[in-house]
Amino acid sequence: MADEVMTQEKKPNFFVRFGRGFVNFFTKSIPNFFTKKIPAFFVRIGHWFRDFGLRFVDGSIGTKLSHFILGAGSVYHGQFIKGLIYFGLQVLFVLYMVLCPAITGPNGVQVPTGYKSLINLQLAGQDAHLPEGSGGRWTPGGGIIPADSSILMLLLGLVTIAIIILYIIVWLSNIKSSYIADTAVKEGRKPSSFKEDCAALLDNRFHILMLTPTCLAALVFTVLPTIMMICIAFTTYNATEMTGITELFHWNGFDNFASLFNSKTDSALGIEISKRFFPVLGWTFIWAIFATFTCYFGGILLAILINKKGLWGKKAFRTIFILTIAIPQFISLLVMRNLFDINGPINSILQNMGVSKSINFLGQSTTLETVYPANVAVVRIMVIVINMWLGIPYTMLMTSGILMNIPADLYEAARVDGTSNVKMFFKITLPYVIFITTPYLISSFVGNINSFNTIFLLTEGGPAVTGYQAGETDLLVTWLYKLTINKGDFNTGSVIGIFTFIITATITLITYRRSKAYNEEDTFQ
Amino acid sequence: MANVVMNPSKKKKYRSQKAAARTSLIATYVVLSILALIWIIPILWIVLSAFRGDVRGTVNSNYFPSTYGVGNFVELFTSHGENAIAGVDYAFLKWFRNTLIISVVDCLISTFLVLSVAYCISKLRFKMRKAFMNITMILGLFPGFMSMIAIYYLLKSIGLSGNTGDSAWLNIVGLILAYSAGAGLGFQVAKGFFDVIPTSLVESAKLDGCTNFKIFWKIILPLSKPIIIYTALMSFTGPWMDFIFAKVIIGDGAPEMWTVSVGLYNMMYGPQPDSSLFTVFAAGCVMVGIPIVTLFMALQRYYVEGVTAGAVKG
Repeated sequence: MADEVMTQEKKPNFFVRFGRGFVNFFTKSIPNFFTKKIPAFFVRIGHWFRDFGLRFVDGSIGTKLSHFILGAGSVYHGQFIKGLIYFGLQVLFVLYMVLCPAITGPNGVQVPTGYKSLINLQLAGQDAHLPEGSGGRWTPGGGIIPADSSILMLLLGLVTIAIIILYIIVWLSNIKSSYIADTAVKEGRKPSSFKEDCAALLDNRFHILMLTPTCLAALVFTVLPTIMMICIAFTTYNATEMTGITELFHWNGFDNFASLFNSKTDSALGIEISKRFFPVLGWTFIWAIFATFTCYFGGILLAILINKKGLWGKKAFRTIFILTIAIPQFISLLVMRNLFDINGPINSILQNMGVSKSINFLGQSTTLETVYPANVAVVRIMVIVINMWLGIPYTMLMTSGILMNIPADLYEAARVDGTSNVKMFFKITLPYVIFITTPYLISSFVGNINSFNTIFLLTEGGPAVTGYQAGETDLLVTWLYKLTINKGDFNTGSVIGIFTFIITATITLITYRRSKAYNEEDTFQ
Repeated sequence: MANVVMNPSKKKKYRSQKAAARTSLIATYVVLSILALIWIIPILWIVLSAFRGDVRGTVNSNYFPSTYGVGNFVELFTSHGENAIAGVDYAFLKWFRNTLIISVVDCLISTFLVLSVAYCISKLRFKMRKAFMNITMILGLFPGFMSMIAIYYLLKSIGLSGNTGDSAWLNIVGLILAYSAGAGLGFQVAKGFFDVIPTSLVESAKLDGCTNFKIFWKIILPLSKPIIIYTALMSFTGPWMDFIFAKVIIGDGAPEMWTVSVGLYNMMYGPQPDSSLFTVFAAGCVMVGIPIVTLFMALQRYYVEGVTAGAVKG
């Protein structure tokens, strides 16, 4: 490890490397993706289809049949239970697709599944399999706004697509299983029995048993919702256009993305979005940079102080700081919010010290606002400072262990050379810690871009900007929340979500793909 | 960092170095004490406010209350039913019960999912392994809120969210699903832990004819107490710390089914906010804080281990 740190020091600094990584990402990684990865992908697809065809030609009658009737191959080879399971799945799938069982939507509208839900995915209003003008729109937080059931149509359409994909996977595995049995017969072995198949699930195919629950759960609760919200970004699903109410919402291409940059949009929302997008984006970045680095370096310094040799009561100090991590975050934040309230104790202490008027630390938008106007800079600094209170103990805890692992001979050598303590910090301690914790630094930066709780619970985005939803301390995510949950502009919210994803993905991909943790992930064992 | 180098031939220099070390130690004490005070002030304040003598007090300007009492705790546990001020009945015991149920079930499901995924990714080699890791990383980059709204619709369409009245408990089932379903994707820290367990151990067991299941159950899990405790601790405390998922999925409609975070937030800032509930809110914070802090302190060692491992794995 010591050698690595030394070579690390000779390299250009973090920012130069990040810059190079950024340039390389566009000049090398992306072209490489198009010239090498994509052709390779198509070649693989070609091979796959060839193998598929060969299997059909080579296979026994059972294998050929199982292309059409699931489980036929298994029954042909005497694997009756397996065959029955496959066939049962096929029957269920066909019944689902043909019978289209309906789900009861808001106001009792029956929204069909099955093949009809695929037709409904057009979101084409009157042509859809829905009674026109009936229904209602759910809003998170309860209540039904009389509107339409497009959201359910979209959801069920996507669910049906997911079911079709799962069916294709089952279909392929059924062909494969039959083909494997063919090969076994050709080689003079017996096709595997059901018992053997189950035993394999506990051994060679253990990963299938273990990963299936997570994959299914993630498909339903992570992948599907994410895709659905991406889809909503391309629809007219917002409060303004949903007030007429007899229509279903429909696809509108890239219109929502355009409204982020186009200040001449007619709708009030379009103006809000175009006027506020860049300020919010800018503040999100400032916040993420300051929140990440103040907590990071503050934590390292605190760890150094606490781990100082000869210091008595290390454990007591550590416990005090760990207490902050242990207290649920929403409590700490709400306590801070009250502590810095216009009428709170901090303000009263300040007044006792001679400050004439309460300071609106957290941009409270109450009736008192005219009496206690909020200063944007003050509120922003306060948010960052309070975030330090929350974040520093965590970094302290994390870096404590790392600090103790720094080889002592590095310091000894430096001390023999007469290096000062400050210089040792910058030349040994810091490079070492940064080297080890780069992955954390990246993930905490991304985490801060998405740091909903801190802003929402402290300021709710305030101080408010007159005429707009997004306040001065709103991040992209809290703005997203306001637009969707409070106002019902789901399409714009989704667009902002997609932007946040693009930002975080770019940063992460550039840095992660270059990091040791990613590239040498399975060499270290 | 000032370590005293012994050099008996230059006693004078040694003495001055010792003095310098003592000054720097004293300076460290002073700085640390001031910092500790800053970190203690807000925590102490909320505890003091909870023990304020005046029941149902607003935020006031005194740091130290003028009278002390436990009236706010009594108030917290007393259900006012229809007569609740501002119409919100703060059924704190029920919120506590809900959160406890959610966190226990979530803890069981999540720990199982996380450990099974981490073991597969760390110790088994199969075709889709790298693809699975990449997809997980990309999914983790989408802001949680985007999917949160869609999850709300999903749960709503199968009747597990937005219920009121008798079927409101179904919201809790929905919330448990929402918390634990994605848990398997957060396998990184546990994987880092399994990576360190020597692969030779697994290989020799395999030579002895152990199945992968047996290796996982009989060899890996008994060696993984720290990471099991860390994962369980994280998923257990999750529901006590989370606010926004609970707020959206349980909704404001059925106060009896709120979790503690939603309940305490709604006391002060909910649909019918009541600033005079501040001291009761403070009592609630103390009641939630005590068990969680105790748990954390008891399992501190495992937490620190997990956090340090997470720093390197990201």
